[in-house]
Amino acid sequence: MTGHNILLAGFGGQGILFTGKVIAYAGLMEGMEVSWLPSYGPEMRGGTANCSVCLSEDPIGSPLVTEPDILVAMNLPSLEKFEKDVVPGGLIIVDSSIITKKVARDDVKVIYLPASEIAEKAGIKGAANMVILGKLFKETSFCTPENLDKGLQKTIPAKKMDLLDKNRLCIRLGTENRFQNPGASAPGFIFYNFDSTSSWKDPSRYRIPASAAGCAPGSALGAISP
Amino acid sequence: MAKVMGERPKALLDVPLHYCPGCTHGIVHRLVAEVIDELGVEGRATGVASVGCSVFTYNYFGCDMVQAPHGRAPAVATGVKRARPDNVVFTYQGDGDLAAIGMGETVHAAARGENIVAIFINNAIYGMTGGQMAPTTLPGQVTQTTPYGRDPATAGNPIRVCELLSTVKGVALAQRVTVDCPKNVRAAKKAIKKAFEYQMAGKGYCIVEVVSTCPTNWGMSPADSIQWLRDNMLPYYPLGVYKDVGEEGEE
Amino acid sequence: MSEKVLMKGNEAIAEAAIAAGCRHFFGYPITPQTEVAAYMSKRMPKIGGVYLQAESEVASINMVLGAGAAGVRVMTSTSSPGISLMSEGISYIAGSDVPCLIVNVERGGPGLGGIQPSQSDYFQATRATGHGDFHMLVFAPSTVQETVDLISDAFDLGDKYRMPTMILSDGLLGQMMEPVVLPEPKDPTDDKEWSVRGHQGKRPHNVVNSLYIDPAVLEKLNFERFEKYEKIKETEQRAQEYLVDDADIILVAFGASSRIAHSAVDAARKQGIKAGLIRPITLWPFPEKAIEKHVGHAKAFLSVEMNMGQMVEDVRMIVARRKPVHFYGRTGGVVPTPKEVLQQIVKINGGEL
Repeated sequence: MTGHNILLAGFGGQGILFTGKVIAYAGLMEGMEVSWLPSYGPEMRGGTANCSVCLSEDPIGSPLVTEPDILVAMNLPSLEKFEKDVVPGGLIIVDSSIITKKVARDDVKVIYLPASEIAEKAGIKGAANMVILGKLFKETSFCTPENLDKGLQKTIPAKKMDLLDKNRLCIRLGTENRFQNPGASAPGFIFYNFDSTSSWKDPSRYRIPASAAGCAPGSALGAISP
Repeated sequence: MAKVMGERPKALLDVPLHYCPGCTHGIVHRLVAEVIDELGVEGRATGVASVGCSVFTYNYFGCDMVQAPHGRAPAVATGVKRARPDNVVFTYQGDGDLAAIGMGETVHAAARGENIVAIFINNAIYGMTGGQMAPTTLPGQVTQTTPYGRDPATAGNPIRVCELLSTVKGVALAQRVTVDCPKNVRAAKKAIKKAFEYQMAGKGYCIVEVVSTCPTNWGMSPADSIQWLRDNMLPYYPLGVYKDVGEEGEE
Repeated sequence: MSEKVLMKGNEAIAEAAIAAGCRHFFGYPITPQTEVAAYMSKRMPKIGGVYLQAESEVASINMVLGAGAAGVRVMTSTSSPGISLMSEGISYIAGSDVPCLIVNVERGGPGLGGIQPSQSDYFQATRATGHGDFHMLVFAPSTVQETVDLISDAFDLGDKYRMPTMILSDGLLGQMMEPVVLPEPKDPTDDKEWSVRGHQGKRPHNVVNSLYIDPAVLEKLNFERFEKYEKIKETEQRAQEYLVDDADIILVAFGASSRIAHSAVDAARKQGIKAGLIRPITLWPFPEKAIEKHVGHAKAFLSVEMNMGQMVEDVRMIVARRKPVHFYGRTGGVVPTPKEVLQQIVKINGGEL
């Protein structure tokens, strides 16, 4: 039940903001002081997206995390941008399915988790963030398992409650650091991106991540590629 | 020696564009730059950047650029043109900029027959701010501020800008184009070139309305957006020439 | 609704306004407050209220003038450049004594500026909102919960004093999510006898107006308005004091920067420095009394703001050279860190500044 300054970072569509909300809500259920702050603006458009989550016993000062004790990096630009900001003795969780580069520092604990691969093998592509959440939870025990689940339930909008079990599965795979048992079937999956420009209660705000829709930049129209 | 089949126009700087995958801004930027190159006017052109997704045009076009407050690009362009009558002055505006907050400036620049070119990107939504209703949002269209679909009874009707401006004396060219396929891209470029040529001949206010997509805020893939544009936008905003003083032989 | 929920600041603004009985919202999208409009566009139709996206902020504030004159609780929300556009409208609203709520989720400026948080509209809010002599009640929340609470007060006090009120928020408070308890919803009332909702043949007509050609009349109106303002200054000042009673170095900060200042005060106390924080909650009327109370025992003041030095002028005016008043600011959308502010405290304590 200790305080944390968590920075989650990746690209828009990876569920960074959603994961942060689950953590914040779980902390709220646990009776902690919490805050959640997203990056917003041009960064959102297919660029790096990040959010700051603060958990504390005391009222939170600045909700903007500039020196995280926990960094979640789900794409290379994020790792490169924030690696140096982690406090000595802190924790970095890297989605090693996406990031092959290694952390240069030796004064932080680093976990390389093939989260995207784990999620994909479980048939739930796009839920790498939940796998990472499971690992984060395992490492820090920032709340009870019951409260983590409550946080998850509070964050998934009512209309999408059918995804609850898939998310729970991925969290479990993250805590247990394993792949799904082969033979378990799971249908295709559209992941919900709760970006900061829409209410998290808004069920109509979803999109198919670029990778799933198979659209490469500029391919459809021969436009100048960004 | 290898033959160069195509290259970035000189009037478009070698700067990565920030637009979303599948956004038609990329195509239109290139067409405007090619026209500036072909007419050889980059050295005496001044572009006016507006507010919206295209706010960063001042980083992309190689000619001198000035950034205007939201909606005021026609007024700023007027100031530039009156100060530098020999310059080729153009604005690059989205639907909120040109037809919502800037409607007054647009109509009056047109009525003054201001010798400027307005490149109007109509994608029926406010992109940069995350997908709110635009003056050109279609009836029934779901946006962030019309979550139940645009109801004309409460949120008003969409505005057809080319039709509106075609009634204004002072407008030299009002043409609606799109960039959904190579044939239409070529036609769009022709229209933009004509608009710039009319300015250089002092014929008056020219507007080229480009019916465009916004895959991100429409919630579709780029390919689906193109189809949505064809199925929904073109019937409401038909392509064509709504006013052309050259053709009609007006004063 | 006594359950604690996580809510984004911008959405809490909308929900709190609805709970306070507001059923009319007019606005235009601008980052970083667009969620207020988006939320209203979803909620208002469901509760028989009106959400209208105007063609610009100029149109928005005039729609607010209209609805307010017609006697309903009405609000708009925008960010810094939008407030500039609303200048004229707000002057008309104040000159017509019409109550309304204006929310400014501040961003970097001047001009198109940036979209990250700032506090550079303090002068605009407290001194220079529009032409002519007038004031708005200006509130500066520092948490999402406080935003919710102050909106309720803003509507009540605006109606009581018949004047425009403003919530001065910023991109940080607007975008962050924090636990909040929403107030009990109030039903809208329709009891403003001065409003222009139609005389129904039962009374002489009401006129809501700000044009008074006769200078004597206009002067009298201004005098009366300012007598009202004096009463407000007497009774409505609000500030929060944190560890100030024995403080040597008193920080003065509002809104998001007050949270950072709070952390810096805690860190300073850990180092044995007697720091404290006075946090203005009303920016107009400025909490002169809270500062005056402590000028005697303070060794120095430090104003911490996200601008080039605006509120510090009010602090200097009150302290009137009796003690040194320092300023630390970041701007352009940069948010100061507790560490930086602590460094300033240490420097002042060590006599370096």
